[in-house]
Formats: sequence, structure tokens, C-alpha cells
Amino acid sequence: MDRIETKAQRLVALCMLGFLLFNYPILALFNQAGAVLGIPVLYAYIFAGWALVIALMALVVERGGS
Amino acid sequence: MLQGWVIVLTSFAYLGLLFAIAYYADQRADQGRSVIASPYIYSLSLAVYATAWTFYGSVGRAASDGVGFLPIYLGPTLMIALWWIVMRKILRISKVNRITSLADFIASRYGKSALLGGVVTVIAVIGILPYISLQLKAVSSSFTILVQYPEIIMPAKLGAVPVLQDTALYVALILALFTILFGTRHLDAAEHHEGMVAAIAFESLVKLLAFLAVGVFVTFGVYGGFGDVFARAAAEPQLAAMLTPLEGVAGSYASWVWLTILSMLAIMFLPRQFQVTVIENKDERHLNKAIWLFPLYMLAINIFVLPIAFGGRLHFAPGAVDADTFVLTIPMAEKQELLALLVFIGGLSAATGMVIVETIALSTMVCNDLLMPILLRLRRLRLNEQPDLTGLLLGIRRGAIVLILLLGYSYFRLAGEAYALVSIGLISFAAVAQFAPAVLGGIFWKNATRRGALWGLVAGFGVWFYTLLLPALARSDWLPRSLLEHGPFGVELLKPLALFGLAGLDQITHAMIWSMIANVGAYVAVSLLGSPSADEHRQASLFVDVFRGEGGGARFWRGTASVPDLHNVLARFLGSGAADAAFAEYARGRGRSWPNDELEADAEFVHYVETQLAGAIGAASARIMVASAVKEEALTLDEVREILDEASQVVVYSHRLEQKSNELEAATAELRAANEQLKELDRLKDDFMSTVTHELRTPLTSIRAFSEILLANPDVELAERKRFLGIITRETERLTRLINQVLDLAKIESGRAEWHVTRVDLKEVVAETLAGMSQVFKERGVEVTARLPERVSAVRADLDRLIQVLLNLLSNAVKFCEPGKGRIEVALSEHGGHVRVDVADNGPGINPEDQKVVFDKFRQVGDTLTDKPPGTGLGLHISRQIVEHFGGRMWVESRPGAGATFSFTVPVELARAEAQPA
Repeated sequence: MDRIETKAQRLVALCMLGFLLFNYPILALFNQAGAVLGIPVLYAYIFAGWALVIALMALVVERGGS
Repeated sequence: MLQGWVIVLTSFAYLGLLFAIAYYADQRADQGRSVIASPYIYSLSLAVYATAWTFYGSVGRAASDGVGFLPIYLGPTLMIALWWIVMRKILRISKVNRITSLADFIASRYGKSALLGGVVTVIAVIGILPYISLQLKAVSSSFTILVQYPEIIMPAKLGAVPVLQDTALYVALILALFTILFGTRHLDAAEHHEGMVAAIAFESLVKLLAFLAVGVFVTFGVYGGFGDVFARAAAEPQLAAMLTPLEGVAGSYASWVWLTILSMLAIMFLPRQFQVTVIENKDERHLNKAIWLFPLYMLAINIFVLPIAFGGRLHFAPGAVDADTFVLTIPMAEKQELLALLVFIGGLSAATGMVIVETIALSTMVCNDLLMPILLRLRRLRLNEQPDLTGLLLGIRRGAIVLILLLGYSYFRLAGEAYALVSIGLISFAAVAQFAPAVLGGIFWKNATRRGALWGLVAGFGVWFYTLLLPALARSDWLPRSLLEHGPFGVELLKPLALFGLAGLDQITHAMIWSMIANVGAYVAVSLLGSPSADEHRQASLFVDVFRGEGGGARFWRGTASVPDLHNVLARFLGSGAADAAFAEYARGRGRSWPNDELEADAEFVHYVETQLAGAIGAASARIMVASAVKEEALTLDEVREILDEASQVVVYSHRLEQKSNELEAATAELRAANEQLKELDRLKDDFMSTVTHELRTPLTSIRAFSEILLANPDVELAERKRFLGIITRETERLTRLINQVLDLAKIESGRAEWHVTRVDLKEVVAETLAGMSQVFKERGVEVTARLPERVSAVRADLDRLIQVLLNLLSNAVKFCEPGKGRIEVALSEHGGHVRVDVADNGPGINPEDQKVVFDKFRQVGDTLTDKPPGTGLGLHISRQIVEHFGGRMWVESRPGAGATFSFTVPVELARAEAQPA
């Protein structure tokens, strides 16, 4: 039961992290001209952040088994 | 060449392949070897979320808004992180109660209310119609465009076509047929459609591959990679602004947030998502992988959206080509026929997947939650008396599928051209978001009532209708446009797009804000103002406390029933064979066999039948049917509360019981340990006894032997006689010593020894003992040196006992020294609050293994057979006990061949130690 609880709380935290990353004001910081490796800053930021959140969710869910 | 017949043939071949997959999966399911019982298939089936709207529409929106389309996929990514809490609970509730659809879920939660189920169904059907029409539009326009190849002509420019020549109509009819084949071939009590799920998973794969293929082609084939596309876009003044678009085209951050929230709700409450996530779920544990695989799928299908959007804008003259079709028209413009065909099939996958699952989910709702409760109540139809209703059920569902698709087509004809794809989809999202308060509140808040849910839904849906659907109809000129510009009857405050003067927001944000306020407000207010009925109270507790697992709903039923009646009810809806199987399974679960053994039609059995029935026709209809077949007494609210209280008391009791048994277990473990210890002590005592008797027997034997010799031979010579008597005396002394030491040890170990503790100066003790033993040293030719400091602190101890210890160490040392060559060194020192005595000899030393046991009872070091040293084997043991009694330590250091040093310490007397000057 404990592990299920921990997992749940970590996932909620990740959801909140995602909400923070993909909303005002953090999002506004990246809403500017310029490019990272040829990709506009805003696009690069959103996709990288998205991939990061997914990777963290995979880590939380897969570690500690089913 | 891409002639019409090639496209049509390819499409049908593809649909045929899908059907083959579905057929195979159904066969496997019947054999009990499911192909969809895998977290990967489950995750892929969730991707039915990505429809033609994603496939064509994302690019369309990106071409005008930049990143504006992303919240639709970011939202579900965030929501799915909460699934571990929310969806696991919904899954469990649905499994336990055999929920068949979203409407069934809500109806069941609020007291199995048929009215509520019907309202949810109506909202779902009306809300989803635009979305279905969107899929039809996507398929028909992509077909129309592809047929024009190599020309690229937008369907709008071809002018209106009569209904009977409209591709969309035929698409709708073909899809209806296909859905009927998929979803309603037979009636499943659990509403599982394994074949459909397998086909959907396959379609998810196809649409992803098709989209990635066109993405790679545009990004790397037409342009020189991501950097190139974006660099060229930045060079165009019109497109450059879209690279940092949030303040500009995509509107405010508010609409970004609301779009995120909207799609968070959509991923849970779209009927098709509920169908694949909840109803078709085979195993709760599949959620684990889906939680990250499904977001990964969404990430993958969105990577190339922006390059394709910019690529299309750069490629075509402004306004020449609809951005919604870039995915298809870029490959066509580049003369990539096969790729264009693949894209068309990908889009077809996305659209058919959505339409099939959505219409199956909706037709289940229409049948179970809208029509059946009405038909069953109409006494004129006498449905209660029909022997077999399975045909009727299937008929209703098939009819519902055709009807829904034709309604979707009508919406397409009515309003289809007025909006881009994304806007149409969002209207449906906003409609299903209205289910959120009733469902989420329902699984966490026990006091929510049926009336609250009903009013919340009606209010939210009303606002949705007024602020989103009416404007859509008005823009298509089915209603006067003045309604939008001046409000109804000229009342500006009621303008559908700026209700109560709330202007400056985009349409979806505006509608979401007002509908959520109305929905949640009514839901909470009405729930709090009223109180739940007995039925609602019972269902609330079953839903909210589902993880406490309290025996299910059987305990809430009271009445009389007969087994044949129950069988009839079940057979009417499931067919006679399935009813037999269900009865047999129930009997097997209770160690009986049916129909050989009598079954008792008790509460548990009635509940079982009702749950089985709910799996086929929904909770509300099942309630009506069972109530008609048995005589039941209604429970009052107080009785329900009582049962619930009992249940919670049982929980408390069992919790206490568990605590008690835990304590008991701990006590048992302690007792067991104590017992082990006692056994060990007992064994030690036995060992001790046998050793002592053995040690006593040795001297006794020799005493007896020599005495007998003397007794039998009076004429033994004097010298011989003296020698014998000498041995007897020595052995007697040894016996005495042994007995004394055993008694001594027994006293010390039992704590009955008398200790005369006084202040003792160890220097005096050492000097005295050495003096006392000087004769022994001389006899054995041992040289003794003493290194004594000027003075040492006094210790508190028993003087005689300390002398005993020292004597023991010294006589041991003497014993092991070679006569004539022995050297013993006694040293006295003081540090760390202890006075330390070392006795070192130059004897043979002690092996490291022996050093560990030399202080044990009866351990004599050395070869005991040939070279038995005189002694009892108790001396060192007793000495150590004495030293430890005074708070000191005793140990030995030795290297074989280099002598041994026995040392002990005694703590300094406290008062003296403190009084000493620093």
C-alpha cells in the first residue's frame, strides 16, 4: 500500500511540475526570438520539457515494478 | 496513377485488413487466448485520441497559430499522471459494478437513476455529433483532393454537390456498416470488444507511421532538416511572427491554460476514451505502461507538425491551399503518389478508429441508458414478458449506430464548412467536459446527490449549447446572425459570444468559464441543499469506498425471489446459454453445481444477477428488470445508513483485531526467543554437569586405585607406599579445590556470592601476592620481575577476590613456564580511569583459536591427553567473572612460542579519582 501511495504522490508532483513548466510565467520566459540548434527557442523548450516529463513519469512508474 | 478506383480499392482493402485483424482477435478471445491483454496494445488503443483532427487539423492550426495546438496534447500528458489516483479508482468501480459506458457510470453512481443516464446520453450524442461530422469531412475532403491528382484543388472550389453525389454520405454509410460488423456482432455481457480494440491499436500504428513518413519527407526531403525549415520561415516576415507566437496569434495565456484544462478533461470523458480506457481494459496493471507510453505516442505524432505547417506555408501561395490539407497536398505537389496514398490511408485510420469506437460507445449509451429504461417502463409493449430480448438489443444498437452517423453527416451538411477542423473538435471537447464534476465529484464526494448531478449537467450543457453550438449554427446561416452581433431580442448582455459582457476571450475559453461556473455551481449547491436518498447513499458508498472492498451491494437488498424468475430475467437479455453459464459460474464459486444443486435465491444471488444484467443493459435498466422479477422491500435511508455504519464498525473492529493479533504475534516471538534461551541454558547446564562429574571422576579413580593397591598389598615397600599416599593426598587436594571452585562459580553466577567491597590499593595486592608466592617461584626456578609505579589510585573491590585473581594468573604462569628457565613479569599501570595489571610469562604461548575460549569453563589449553596441566579449568573463568563484577575487563595477548600476557583492569574509585589534583 505504501508503494502505491508513494507512486501516486510522485505522479501528482510531476503533474504539477508539468503545469508549471507549460504555463505562464515560465512559458513566457522562453517566448522570445532566437534558436537552439536551428529550432526556435519556444518550440525547443516545449518539446524538451515534454520529453523530460514523460521520462520522469516512466521512471516513477517503472521503478518499483507493478 | 491515383485514379478514383485505385483509392477506393486501396481503402476497401485496408478496411478488409482491419476486419481480418478484428476477426482474428475475436477468435482468439473466444479461445481464451486474448491478443489484447498487453500494456502495449492498451496504450496504442488509447491513441484513438488522435483522430483525423490530429492528423490533418494540427497542421492546420499550427499554420495559423504556431504552438497553439499543443495544449491539446500537453493536457492529456499532465492528466495521465493523475490517472494513477483517478483512473485506477474508476477502473475498479467499473469492474466491480460492470459499468458499460460513461452514462452508465454516472447513472449508477447517483442511485442507478435512469433519468440521469438519459440526460448524459443526450448530452454525449449532441456534443459528439460535430466531432463525428469532422471525421466524415476529413475523409471525404481528403478523398476529393486526392482524386484531383495531379491538380491540387480545394473541395470548396468545386462547389456544392447534391446529397446523393456527396462522398461524405457514402463514407458515413460504409463506416456505419463497418461499425455494426465490429461492435454488434454479438452481445457480450461485459461489453468487451476485443476485435475492435485490436483493430484500433493497429490503426494507431498506421496513422503514426503515415504521419512520421510525411513528416520526414517534408522536413528532410523537401527541405534540409528542421533548421532549414525554421530558418526559411524566419526569413518570411509573415511567418517570423509565429516563431514567438504566444502574445500574438494564439491569443492570451488564459486561452492556453483553458485549452490545457479542457483537453485534460477530454482525455477522460470523451465517450470513446472512456470506452477504450475503462470498458475495454483487461487488467488494471496495464495503466502502468500506458502512463508514459501514451504521452510518448502523442509527442511522436506532434514532432513534425510545425515543420509541415511552415513547409506548407512556404510551399503554397497564401490562401491557395487550405492549411488543414498540407499533410496531403505537399506530397501531391511533390509528385509522391505512394506517399500521398499512404497519407490518405493514415487519415482514414485516424477517422475510422475514432468513428468506430465513438459510435459503439454512443450506441451502447443510447440503447442501455436512453431507450431500454423507457421501453421497459412502457407497459403496453409488454417487454417484461418477452422470452428473448437479445435480438431487440442488437437491433437498437445497430439502429443507433446508423442514426448517429447520419446525424453526424447532417451536421456536416449544415455547419461543416463554416469552421476549421480544430474549432469543431473543441466544441465537442467542451461538451464532454461537462461530465467532469459529476464523475470526479462522484468518486470522491459522498454527499453529492442525484439532483445535484442532474442540475449541474443540465446547467453546464445549457451554457455550452448557448455559447458554442448556437453560434456555430448562426454562422452557418441557420439562425439569424443578428443573434451573435446584438444578442437575442437585442439584449446585448446575453450575446452568446460575450455573455454578461465578458468579452476579449476566445470562444472556447469564454464558453468553458461560464459553463463550468454553472455546472460546478449547480452541482455543489443543489447537492448541499438536499440530502441523498437511500439508493444514492448506498451507491455513493460503493463508489467512494471501492478500495475498502466491503462485500459489494448484496447487503443492501431485502426481499424474496425465486431462482427460475431470476433465470428468466437473465435469459431474456443475454440469451439462454449465457444465462446458464452465468448461473453455473455462480454455483461453482460456492462449491455447488448448477442445475443439479438447489441454489438459494438470497440477496447475494439477486445482486449477482443484477450485476450480470447491468453488464448487458446498464445499471438503471437492470435495476428496473430485477425489481420487476422479484418482490423486494425498499430499504429506508436510515436502514442504509445503519448497514453502512455496521460496515464501518466492522472495519474498525477488524482493524483493532489486526492490531491485537500483531501484538500477540510480537509477544509470541518474544516468548519463543526466551524459550530458546532457556533451552540453551539447560543445555549448558547439562554440559556443565557432565564436565564436572567427569572432572571429579578422574581424581577419584586414581585415589581409589591407589587405595585398593595399598589395601590388597600390606607388604608394599615403605618408599612405594609413601609415593602412593602422596598421590592420594594430591588428588584429594585437587578434588577439594575443584569442589570449592564449582561452589564458588555457582555462587558467583547465581549472584549469591558475598562481596566484601572496600578500598583496595592494587600495588599492595600485587606486592603481597608476589611475596606470598615467592617460595613457589623459588621451587620452580622462575625469575619474577615486577614493574610497579610509585602509586596508583585505589579501586573499590573485594581484596580477597583480587588476590584470588592474581594468584590464579601467577600460578598459571608458573605452571606453563619451563622449570629453571621461566621468567614472569608483572606490571601495574593506570590510565583512562582504570588500573591495569599485566602478567606476562615466557611459556609456549596460546594459539589464536585457543585465545578465544581460554576463559570458558573447563577449557584447558594444550594437548589434554598427553600433557594435562594440573588445574581444574575453572580458574580463568572465575577470575574473569570477578573482574567483570567490579566493572573491569580481562583478556589475553599471545603469540605461540613467545609467551602469553594476561591482563585485567579495574576501574578507579570514583570519589578518589575526582579528588585527585589535575
